[in-house]
Amino acid sequence: MIEAEGLSKRYGDTLAVDNLSFSVAPGKITGFLGPNGAGKTTTMRLILGLDRPTAGRVTIDGKPFGHADRPMRQVGALLDAKAMHGGRSAYNHLLCLAQSNNLPRRRVDEVLGLVGLTGVARKRSKGFSLGMGQRLGIAGALLGDPQILMFDEPVNGLDPEGILWIRNLMKALAAEGRTVFVSSHLMSEMENTADHLLVIGRGKLIADCTVDEFIAANSQQTVRVRTPQPDLLIKLIAAAGGAAREDGDGSMVITGLDASRVGDLAYDNAVRLHELSPVHASLEQAFMELTSSSVQFHAGVPEQPVLAGEVA
Amino acid sequence: MATTTAPATSVAPDLPRSAGRVTLAGALRSEFTKIRSVRSTYWTLLAMFVVVVGFGALASAGAAHGPHGPYFDPTRQSLAGLYIGQLIIGVLGVLVISSEYSTGMIRTTLTTNPHRGVMIAAKGIVFTVVALVTSLVTAFAAFFLGQALMSSDHISTTIGSPNVLRAVIGGALFLTACGVLAFGLGLLIRHSAGGIGAVVGLLFVVTILVNFLPQSWQNHVDKWIPALAGGQLWMTTPNPPGNTPMYGPWPSFAILCGYAAIAVAAAVILFRRRDA
Repeated sequence: MIEAEGLSKRYGDTLAVDNLSFSVAPGKITGFLGPNGAGKTTTMRLILGLDRPTAGRVTIDGKPFGHADRPMRQVGALLDAKAMHGGRSAYNHLLCLAQSNNLPRRRVDEVLGLVGLTGVARKRSKGFSLGMGQRLGIAGALLGDPQILMFDEPVNGLDPEGILWIRNLMKALAAEGRTVFVSSHLMSEMENTADHLLVIGRGKLIADCTVDEFIAANSQQTVRVRTPQPDLLIKLIAAAGGAAREDGDGSMVITGLDASRVGDLAYDNAVRLHELSPVHASLEQAFMELTSSSVQFHAGVPEQPVLAGEVA
Repeated sequence: MATTTAPATSVAPDLPRSAGRVTLAGALRSEFTKIRSVRSTYWTLLAMFVVVVGFGALASAGAAHGPHGPYFDPTRQSLAGLYIGQLIIGVLGVLVISSEYSTGMIRTTLTTNPHRGVMIAAKGIVFTVVALVTSLVTAFAAFFLGQALMSSDHISTTIGSPNVLRAVIGGALFLTACGVLAFGLGLLIRHSAGGIGAVVGLLFVVTILVNFLPQSWQNHVDKWIPALAGGQLWMTTPNPPGNTPMYGPWPSFAILCGYAAIAVAAAVILFRRRDA
């Protein structure tokens, strides 16, 4: 269980994390969403004790991570696929991590097998592709067989095979009852993996709910209809309590009524329909609506300097 | 990619419940694995050995055929390469810590062992021991090769002569102390180029610059200059009359160690507080 209370972090003039309070529960995948520069990486660094909070506190199972007795048994983290010495072999990289926590040497071979890097264990990680580096980072996170896993933008830059692998891995880890806390700026990715969402923008928490609740709360279900009798249908829709917006060509977008209700209305009143389709708002759209006011870097000239914590 | 998309699980069926505790012993093993598993360690230590022994041999061979005064110190002559060796061990001292920052490894290191005091103590101890062992081998090799080259001219000395053993071991202690000073500066600056620059500045440039001070100033300043003070430990003869006054070998070495201690203490205090 990760718990943050009033967590804030200021770098110079920039308030990267602004009074965040949340908890991350075990046994599910919690997605941590926000546009680039929203403070996701900074929050993860604060959880892991890499940075000190300016205000507030964050604990893991009731203690700051800096006081953890068995850090790698408790938390496995992948902040950055390249956070390793490229001159060191994959095996020795994992070995030095295992030794620091008095984990048995055989765990190194086990996790190498788990991520499929046994064949390149003796190769220096400098020559690894991004996907292989990502796997090596994940192997390190899994060494201690931890209860909590934290991944910062794990699918960034990966090929489809790599993305699928990470997605399956996270699901398997959560299914084993572990806490999985994963950040992303890609809504589509979270829609496929996360159970719960924490959404932040400009360092502030703007949503803490399930994926379904998030979509329901932040978007409207709409129905697209095409008819040769638009005027008649619009009257019927209005009478039934819905609203219609004409798109021209006899096509319209209806809100406030679901597709079957619209279809019944048309049938009962002998209105011809040439198209009737429900439009499901995606998490992407909901996210765009919610964070449009909190996107830090709009295209064009950035308004503020890049946050130190996001330059990885 | 040598991988498959097989569904992964991380089951660790027989990982003992007691496993996973952070201890100094574990941190020492971890840091030893780190230092022995990158090539820069071997290249730097090999370079130090070759340069110190090689330059000592050159200086000794030269002395064997040239004039030398009453204060000629054959031990110091054979150890002349230490002037360059101090910089090479300094480079390694900076790199063992700055490479954690330049590669990003520090983030992995501290998220797997957040006990910063334990981690940095282990790193410092491992580096100091590696530096000391290599320096001892280097200093003795330079001494014996140098004496062999000077023996034809009957100006060589033996390890049993007064102060000689102290000077040869002192040469190794001098190198080690320079390495520890560099480690402190590397941890303070957290940047390879900046750290190495600071080491060269403090050990080398300052030493050259004080030569240009008026002699009356040098009489007060030289004994406090890190490399000059540390250098007293690897000479066997007392400072010749007329030269700038210095403290004795051990007090002078203590001054060098003092600089190293200040650098390391300041760096560790900051390291435990700073964002990584």
